Amino acid sequence: MRYMTDRQRAVGKGASGTGTEHHWFMTISGVGLAFLVPCFVYIFGSALGRPQAEVIERLSHPFAAIVIALTFLVGMRHFAKGAQSMIEDYAAGTTRKILVIFVYSLSYVLSAATLFALGKMVLMGLMASA
Amino acid sequence: MAETKRVERPLSPFMIGQYYRPQMTSMSSILTRITGNALAVSAILAVWWLLAAASDEDYFNSINWLMTSFIGDLIFTLSALGLWYHYLAGLRHLYFDAGKGLEIETAEKLGWACMIGSVVLTLLTIIIV
Repeated sequence: MRYMTDRQRAVGKGASGTGTEHHWFMTISGVGLAFLVPCFVYIFGSALGRPQAEVIERLSHPFAAIVIALTFLVGMRHFAKGAQSMIEDYAAGTTRKILVIFVYSLSYVLSAATLFALGKMVLMGLMASA
Repeated sequence: MAETKRVERPLSPFMIGQYYRPQMTSMSSILTRITGNALAVSAILAVWWLLAAASDEDYFNSINWLMTSFIGDLIFTLSALGLWYHYLAGLRHLYFDAGKGLEIETAEKLGWACMIGSVVLTLLTIIIV
């Protein structure tokens, strides 16, 4: 007699292999972005089109920099996983794997580039005020 | 070794096209996916501009000119529209996930709310920001 529950037999057997983890991640990041995105749009939109010195002054402000960093860190993971869902619907086999690796990589590159730009702007702001 | 028999199963797009009548529920759903993935382009442009702002002045000025040109304005306005649509559709998704608003009539109304709401929010963004 095997002491395996029905639940245990079902674990890992869904189409995803990871249960509801993906969906739950999208829920968490989605709620986070619901708060971040309006702040980001305001900060980014009102900095766009200004001279560089003003852009640096605005975006190196702690609140602005943290909101932009969080929006990209959370947003890019949300994007990568969302794009993964789309890819898994429309592509199969090796094509699917290549595309998923591509969007994951793209999302990390964009996050890293954002953090680099923000960090450099903070330093440029410090040097300008010194 | 047992050979697994390959079965050609249809992927998702078989739902669209001649086999499936466009409905508010399906269209508002697919639009969420389209806007979400199209926002990758907006993200790339935004990061490009951020990197330019952290670069030398001449480079920033040329990129800034591009981003605030007519084409730049058009792309960022469309980005805002896509962003707000995805935003509202995402909120609708959270509401659906709570098991609410799933009656066809309500779901259709929420679909219209997302579409009209995204236009309103885009106009507000243009006015305020």
